[in-house]
Amino acid sequence: MEYFVQQLINGLTLGSIYGLIAIGYTMVYGIIGMINFAHGDIFMIGSFIALATFLVLTTVLGFAFLPVVLLIVLIISMLFTSAWGWTVERIAYRPLRGSFRLAPLITAIGMSIVLQNFVQISQGARVKPLPPQIPGGIVLMTGDTETGAMVVQLSYMQMIIIATTLVLLTGFTLMISRTSLGRAQRACEQDRKMASLLGVNVDRTISLTFVMGAALASVAGLMFLLLYGVIDFYIGFLAGVKAFTAAVLGGIGSLPGAMLGGLLIGLIEVFWSGYFTVEYKDVAAFSILAIVLIFLPSGLLGKPEVEKV
Amino acid sequence: MAAPTVTAPSRQDTNSFAASVKDAAIAGALTGVLGFFFLALRTEIAPGGLEVSTRWGVWIVAILIVFAGRLLLNLFVFKTDKPVTRYFSTGKSSASPRLPWLGRALGIFLFLVATVLPFLIIALFPAQQRQFIDLAILIMTYVMLGWGLNIVVGLAGLLDLGYVAFYAVGAYSFALLSTHFEFIGFWTALPLAGMLAAFWGLILGFPVLRLRGDYLAIVTLAFGEIIRIVLLNWYDFTGGPNGISGIPKPTFLGMDFSRGDDGVAAFLGIEYSTIHRFIYLYYIIFLLAIITNLVTMRLRKLPVGRAWEALREDEIACRSLGINTTNTKLTAFAIGAMFGGFAGSFFATRQGFISPESFTFLESAIILAIVVLGGLGSQIGVVIASVVMIGGIELLRNIGFLSQIFGPDFDPVQYRMLIFGLAMVGIMVWKPRGLVTTREPTAVLKEKKRIGADMVAQGEGH
Amino acid sequence: MSAAASTATSPLASWDRDPVLTVEHLTMRFGGLVAVSDLSFNVGRGDITALIGPNGAGKTTVFNCCTGFYKPTEGRIVMRHGPGQQKEAVDAVTASGLRYRAANDGSVYLLERMPDFEISEKAKVARTFQNIRLFGGMTVLENLLVAQHNVLMVASGYTIGGIFGLPTYRKAQAKAVEKAVYWLEHVNLIDRADDPAGDLPYGDQRRLEIARAMCTDPMLLCLDEPAAGLNPRESAQLNELLQFIRNSGTSVLLIEHDMGVVMEISDHIVVLDYGVKISDGDADFVKSDPKVIAAYLGVDDEAEIDIPEVRQEVGAVIEKAGKKGAGTSLHLPEAEKGGKG
Repeated sequence: MEYFVQQLINGLTLGSIYGLIAIGYTMVYGIIGMINFAHGDIFMIGSFIALATFLVLTTVLGFAFLPVVLLIVLIISMLFTSAWGWTVERIAYRPLRGSFRLAPLITAIGMSIVLQNFVQISQGARVKPLPPQIPGGIVLMTGDTETGAMVVQLSYMQMIIIATTLVLLTGFTLMISRTSLGRAQRACEQDRKMASLLGVNVDRTISLTFVMGAALASVAGLMFLLLYGVIDFYIGFLAGVKAFTAAVLGGIGSLPGAMLGGLLIGLIEVFWSGYFTVEYKDVAAFSILAIVLIFLPSGLLGKPEVEKV
Repeated sequence: MAAPTVTAPSRQDTNSFAASVKDAAIAGALTGVLGFFFLALRTEIAPGGLEVSTRWGVWIVAILIVFAGRLLLNLFVFKTDKPVTRYFSTGKSSASPRLPWLGRALGIFLFLVATVLPFLIIALFPAQQRQFIDLAILIMTYVMLGWGLNIVVGLAGLLDLGYVAFYAVGAYSFALLSTHFEFIGFWTALPLAGMLAAFWGLILGFPVLRLRGDYLAIVTLAFGEIIRIVLLNWYDFTGGPNGISGIPKPTFLGMDFSRGDDGVAAFLGIEYSTIHRFIYLYYIIFLLAIITNLVTMRLRKLPVGRAWEALREDEIACRSLGINTTNTKLTAFAIGAMFGGFAGSFFATRQGFISPESFTFLESAIILAIVVLGGLGSQIGVVIASVVMIGGIELLRNIGFLSQIFGPDFDPVQYRMLIFGLAMVGIMVWKPRGLVTTREPTAVLKEKKRIGADMVAQGEGH
Repeated sequence: MSAAASTATSPLASWDRDPVLTVEHLTMRFGGLVAVSDLSFNVGRGDITALIGPNGAGKTTVFNCCTGFYKPTEGRIVMRHGPGQQKEAVDAVTASGLRYRAANDGSVYLLERMPDFEISEKAKVARTFQNIRLFGGMTVLENLLVAQHNVLMVASGYTIGGIFGLPTYRKAQAKAVEKAVYWLEHVNLIDRADDPAGDLPYGDQRRLEIARAMCTDPMLLCLDEPAAGLNPRESAQLNELLQFIRNSGTSVLLIEHDMGVVMEISDHIVVLDYGVKISDGDADFVKSDPKVIAAYLGVDDEAEIDIPEVRQEVGAVIEKAGKKGAGTSLHLPEAEKGGKG
């Protein structure tokens, strides 16, 4: 029981991170119908920016008060990662808008390779360890097992991650449903040509979508860095594929769906590692992806697509 | 809609020099922003935790390069009435490009060169013959993989991001068969490996083939990764990350390429040289690739091949004409997988050692890039793309003079994949349809006319 | 052909005596929406049958059910290759749970049980689409060869023989080209055989789609708005082509909005409105049916008429039919009722 609760907490934490990345996939897929393959690497970029900012603030400038440091890191990494997201869209996707479908997928894969190798060359291939910054937590329950006391702990780190995710998700949902930007986005999703005829600046709307996705991915990057304390140039690929799985599982195009999918993928992965084998946790995630797409192509919260003849 | 020029929005603010400079300055500033945390700063592991070092020089140089490059592009390409690229641009005619015989002539020429390539290399570059023949083998392997994937992606229009899985199945089939059973050599294992790969193609293909374009891509990617992870973790069977070593080399009429009396050299009465085995390997992959090509060309003119192309154009219309689309897709998947399996066996016997590391997603991406960059469905395009992408990148190893400029630490090899990725993006933006864009009809009544790429559909999902 | 036989009063119309296709109690629901409700009609062998009705009446849905693109919620759709109603055979197949029964004298196919490609391959029902679906990047000739896929597939020994270039395949291929040429000549596209289909003008594409469907050797050809977007001259050519197809032994079922085409060539007309059949008979019967006129023009209030083209069309048709006085007024329902007595 205690083990189960602990895994549940861990799964929700991991799932929040996946969910934040998944929102970027789902928004971009919704608006231009392409898998932004480089989005996972934007997440990786975000975590590197967060790491560098954190180090500059603490070791070079000598800031010591952690909440302020983290807030500055969050803001800076969101800003700079957004610039990366914007640039990727501008260079690799915008020139191909209206071109045939495979071209942006290829440039997306190309961009993913470029980003990974750029970071590998500029920052080195070795992993970057960061010692835990926010220790401690609340003990929720203790239980006796044969091997000793089993403590279920909700760490402060996990609380911060889940809380931040909730705040951001609420904010973004409101933004999409209430503001004119959100309306423009939904209009572009439905019919890009018509939207542009009605005076929506389609290019800017799409750029902003990428910027928003990148900003959320950078938050996920920061949390990943703080939670695991280890990053390298390759973390974007797996996290990206799993987040995409989450987006599909929740129903692509649906914001709450992406979050729900993220949580489910996080839970599945953690429980699979906890109760079965760690080695095959990725197989579990990928199998879920395949099964969902085959049997439930519109996802949990997505709208079903009717084949038009 | 959007023309493939990057500066479409700023067209109207004249072609003036000032606008070009302003645009270049923005690009430079953006580089500064993007590069700040990666070029100017570098996190390094130091005793007692991570440390930040600065490299202002690199950062500033990068900004200046982008500024200058963008300025030149603006002045000569984007913001001028007479872009220099006009000399390269082809007309927008949909049918019959200007030089219809060019493709054929190029094909014959390349074939002839490929037939005698090892001897050309020996004659021209005796000092680096081994390296160059090795490179030729590598390129030829990618040509074959590209041709195999071309059936799936180019003809049938099914986007497969997990093609490397079949490559892996072929390689492991051969490796396991030959290490467990003494009597199975390369030539016996080759058809078996191809069949196993095709079988896997059917198994993986069956559940996923009703998915649309991008979804199919992501599921095939997932399957590719699943196979790799299984290979990585199933120690007892596959050796896990250690892989399988001691895979036998291919034999020639049952003889080894060894120094002894029963070796091929002794049999042929020539002096033994280690290069013989490389030449032999080259001709094996050349033969396999040519078979792949011939079969594909033949299949295109058969009903099944036409059904693949029709499927790429319009699946619903296919169904209305009585074509069983599931079977048609499965044959494309299985035949593509089979050629991937052949190539995998060859890879295993060439290396003598395989491990899951050789079968990552990156490999699938490279093969797909070759197919798409070459021009979907074009056989000659695959050859050109393989030579350019694989050959060009590998040549980086040979550029010694760069280290004289950038200092002795400079290793161009580490920039390989970066340049590869940039080339992928660049070529796609420049030519979204790939290098060779015309389609040849499979049946002709009176006059053969090539079909321009703007007519040809790209498969599911659009 | 059978025009004389039919008013609603006659006990059994020709299409009821010898139907090639029978739709029985067809119901199609999409979620809560009932697109077609309890629809039954027959398509006579050797007839040109038109399925008409206002926009959104469910015509294309019926087509999609008949050609297997939708699975009907309820109902039976029977295709017969042999003559007559073949009641026993149909009932036997229905009870047996099989999809079809092929026999020399009378094959019976239950289309609602068959997947789309089998309907074309086995039951010999071909179709065209409202939005033309050609293989745009393939040549006109290739389009017609793809249509002969199943025949060629057998001839190529399911590809294996073809790879080795067996003569049987080459012969079959030559024959297929011959058939393609035959149809290209009949649709006036022989000069464009080697052009990509996507390059053809709209009207040519429509005819090519029909030629392609005919290359599958159908017993029944279903055309979804074949005259849409055609100019009057092309429309007249289409009429000729459809007559030719009918006379060469293929029954035709078409959806059409162009009343000129419908009234001129149809032997039998079925009218749908809101997924329900409101009229069924030959051209004379249908155009004088008050329910039809009400459906097209609205019942009580002229303000409800929202498609002036349709109003004009129907008015013109009725005028043409010689009901003097009726066509000039918009109060058609009353006038018609009076006329029928």
